[in-house]
Amino acid sequence: MLTYQGYYRESWELLKKDPLAMISLAVVVVLVVVALFAPLIAPYDPDKQVLRQKLMDPCLEHWFGCDEHGRDILSRCIYGCRVSLSVGLVSQLIATVIGYFMGVCAGYFGGKVDAAISFLIQVFSSLPDLLLAMALMFALGSGLLNLYISLGVLAWSRTARLIRGTVLQLKEKEYVRSCKVDGGGDLRIILRHLLPNCIPTLIITITMGIPSAILSEASLSFLGLGVRSPMASWGSMIAASQDYFRHKAFYSLFPGLCIIVAVIAFNTLGDGLRDALDPKLRK
Amino acid sequence: MREPVLKVEHLKKYYPIRKGAFSREKAVVRACDDVSFELYAGETLGIVGESGCGKTTTIQSVIRLIEPTDGRIWLNGQDFRTMKGEELKRARQKLKLIFQDPYSSLNPRMTVKEIVSEPLEIAGACKDKAERDRRVLETMEQVGLDPSYQDRYPHEFSGGQRQRIGIARAIVLRPDVVICDEPVSALDVSIQAKIINLLRRFQRERELAYIFISHDLGVVRHIAHRVLVMYLGCVVEEGESRELFAHPLHPYTRALLDSVPRMDSDGRPAAALQGDVPSPADPPSGCLFHTRCPYAREVCAKQAPELRELKSGHKCACHFPGAHEKEEEQP
Repeated sequence: MLTYQGYYRESWELLKKDPLAMISLAVVVVLVVVALFAPLIAPYDPDKQVLRQKLMDPCLEHWFGCDEHGRDILSRCIYGCRVSLSVGLVSQLIATVIGYFMGVCAGYFGGKVDAAISFLIQVFSSLPDLLLAMALMFALGSGLLNLYISLGVLAWSRTARLIRGTVLQLKEKEYVRSCKVDGGGDLRIILRHLLPNCIPTLIITITMGIPSAILSEASLSFLGLGVRSPMASWGSMIAASQDYFRHKAFYSLFPGLCIIVAVIAFNTLGDGLRDALDPKLRK
Repeated sequence: MREPVLKVEHLKKYYPIRKGAFSREKAVVRACDDVSFELYAGETLGIVGESGCGKTTTIQSVIRLIEPTDGRIWLNGQDFRTMKGEELKRARQKLKLIFQDPYSSLNPRMTVKEIVSEPLEIAGACKDKAERDRRVLETMEQVGLDPSYQDRYPHEFSGGQRQRIGIARAIVLRPDVVICDEPVSALDVSIQAKIINLLRRFQRERELAYIFISHDLGVVRHIAHRVLVMYLGCVVEEGESRELFAHPLHPYTRALLDSVPRMDSDGRPAAALQGDVPSPADPPSGCLFHTRCPYAREVCAKQAPELRELKSGHKCACHFPGAHEKEEEQP
């Protein structure tokens, strides 16, 4: 019998049956909402310094306490969520555009193009990510835009490798050949036939790439190479809290928890998506 | 004399290989060696042979999905092999292909309408979207697909219906030649007959010419007017379908026919072919078939037989054509 169900609908049904993935999806949705509506949600101005409240312990007015300048840590965590999520998403989008283009060229055209791109992929994946990101941030200077660029430019090699493999399989499919027999050009094949079939792979690499970008952003900000002060970022908050770690553990605890929750949520969601989108697991 | 719509002369496709990982000795696999045929409007040419005999390589070279090594291809009197750019694109509208596997031949992310209209889009055959949609629906109806299915995806259809989509895609531009690469071998027998009849109906209505590849001799006998028998990349016998099936001249054709199980067996044990197909990387000397031929003599191992016309329109490449028939006469 004919069933009227598209591929993504079916994947969604499969995802719904995975409780871990659904929980992490809920967490991700909450994080996105928090990031989008940070000014509405945050109880205080994250940059407002009230010296009277310096290193105040968590209380009813300030749930997460206050930092060394008397700024509300909860508000700063909420604004930090904005930084982390946007860095994760934007850098992954940049990486995906570069990675898809490189991967498709390598897989589809083969030969010398493939050899050149594969070599580039090897080079980029053998370099230590954080070190290169630091070098790039030194060169470009700190700031949110430069974070997007340097993390995006460094993350493309994984996407490219996966897409290259997928395209190598896809291009032998008979529907690609029949498009060629009809006289369809390379651009048509890449956009109409290869891209829609690569989207599941792309969704997975983006979801799995976001947590590593969040971690890189936190590391860079921790090292003082991330966002510019006084902008709040989970990494820079932890860096600032180092000096007070012994007496005021809550200061480093809350931004650290934020990082952990976000990374675990995206990773688990990525796992669930991979299972749901993988055609091999379909009946 | 009618002009053939498709004429193939001395088509060759060689693949270079290396013998052994460290050997520098170069060798070639002759996947398709000196194949020639003519195809007329309204006619079906069957190509038969075992797996790996070069049937698919031959037709993929003919439509230039892979570039042939040598030979000429004439489509409607024009040299198809040297065409480029726009000219090639226009010529491709007249030459279409139906694939064997109805599962991998349709893009799973495209709707039926998108799949069938793609050739029209590439050819730029329609003025606007409305005309294109109209032609797609018209074609869907002609191949027996309900037009209400237009927005569905391939995985929602059965094998037979998918093959109808493939046929719709192939004929939507009204081509002159359609190449069918084992179009029914992945289908149930009951569906096979329906698809074959559909193909025959289009042939009657549109003077279509088919090249029909199959390893199923029963199907070929049913649909083909003329038949080409291939072995290891070479044509070993060619003739009118009826004549060839009734009086095969080449021992290989005979063996192929004998291997078809029959209800009305006269008790004669089928002369099953001995051994496997030799490696195309290292083909036998002389006649390619002599290693498996029950009638082979000394000359067969030394000299390759040429394809000769033995009866009117019936060619065969064998030193002792019809040897099996003579044997049957002396009990």
